Amino acid sequence: MLLIPCPWCGERDETEFRYGGQAHVARPLDPNATGDAAWAEYLFMRDNPKGWFRERWNHAAGCRRWFNMVRHTITHEIASVYKPGDPKPELPE
Amino acid sequence: MANPALFGRRRSPLQDHDAALVRGAVAGPRGVTLKEIPHLAQITLRGDADDADFIGAVRAALGFELPLAANTVAVSGDVSALWLGPDEWLVVGAPDSETDLSIRLNGTLKGQHVLVVDVTANRTVLELSGPSGRGVLEKACGLDLRPRAFKPGQCAQTNLARTVGILELGQSGAWRIYVRNSFALYLADWLLDAMAEYAIDAAL
Ligand SMILES: [Zn+2]
Repeated sequence: MLLIPCPWCGERDETEFRYGGQAHVARPLDPNATGDAAWAEYLFMRDNPKGWFRERWNHAAGCRRWFNMVRHTITHEIASVYKPGDPKPELPE
Repeated sequence: MANPALFGRRRSPLQDHDAALVRGAVAGPRGVTLKEIPHLAQITLRGDADDADFIGAVRAALGFELPLAANTVAVSGDVSALWLGPDEWLVVGAPDSETDLSIRLNGTLKGQHVLVVDVTANRTVLELSGPSGRGVLEKACGLDLRPRAFKPGQCAQTNLARTVGILELGQSGAWRIYVRNSFALYLADWLLDAMAEYAIDAAL
C-alpha cells in the first residue's frame, strides 16, 4: 500500500484516496466551438507513460480535496505533491 | 433549520443499545468504556480562510478563532470547531443549540460567500475512554494514534473499521468519534467486539 502525503492532512494510507487520472488536462474553453476530434482528444486521450507522471488524486476519506502528485508508474515512488493552481513541478530525472 | 418543537421527539442511533454498552465496559488499569453522546449540535461551515472578513465574522459569532492548522480543534466552553479541510469546519455545540449557532453564524456572515448548514442529524458521537481506548481504536484505524503523533486538540477524518468517521482527541484523553447515524450501530458493535479482549485480561 502507498503512503500518500496529502498536501493538507499529511501522510495517509492509499485506501483513503481516489485516483483522478492525468493532471493538467484543460477543458476546452468553448465546447460548442470545439470539433468532434478535439473534443474526443480532450475527453478520452491520456498519456500513459512508463515513468514519472503528474496525476490527480482526491483525499476521499479525509479532507476530500483534490491535489496533484508526481508518481513513478513503475516504482510507485512519489516525488512531490502540490495543490491545484500551484506551478507544475519539473519531472525528476 | 431544526424545529425546536421536535427536539423532545428525536431518537439517537444508540439510544436502545445501553445494555450492550454497559455490558461491554471494562474496568481496571486496562479498562475502556464506550458511550454515545447523542444529539450534539453540528454545523458545517465553509468559507475562505484567507479572508479576514470571514474569519472576523466567525470570531464575532462564536467568540473564538477558527482553527487554521490542518486537523486541529478550537474549543471555547461547550462550542468547538474542528478543521475538516482548508475551507471547511465542523462547529459542534451542546444538544439543542444548532438553531442558535446557525442564527449567530448566518447573522455575522450575512452577505458573504460562505456556507452554513445544520448537519446535526447527519452524525452521532461515540466516546471511547479509559487506558485502553487508544488500543481499541488502533484496531479500527490506520493512523498513528500514539501520543507523539496524535495529541489532545487534534482531529482527523479517516477510515474507521471500513466506515468513515471524524476522530477527535479531547484534553481529557477521551476519543470522540463522529459517525454517520446509519453506521453508528455497526461501529459501536465493532468497537465493543474490539474491547472484549481487555475484559479477558482483567478477569485473569
Ligand atoms: Zn487531506
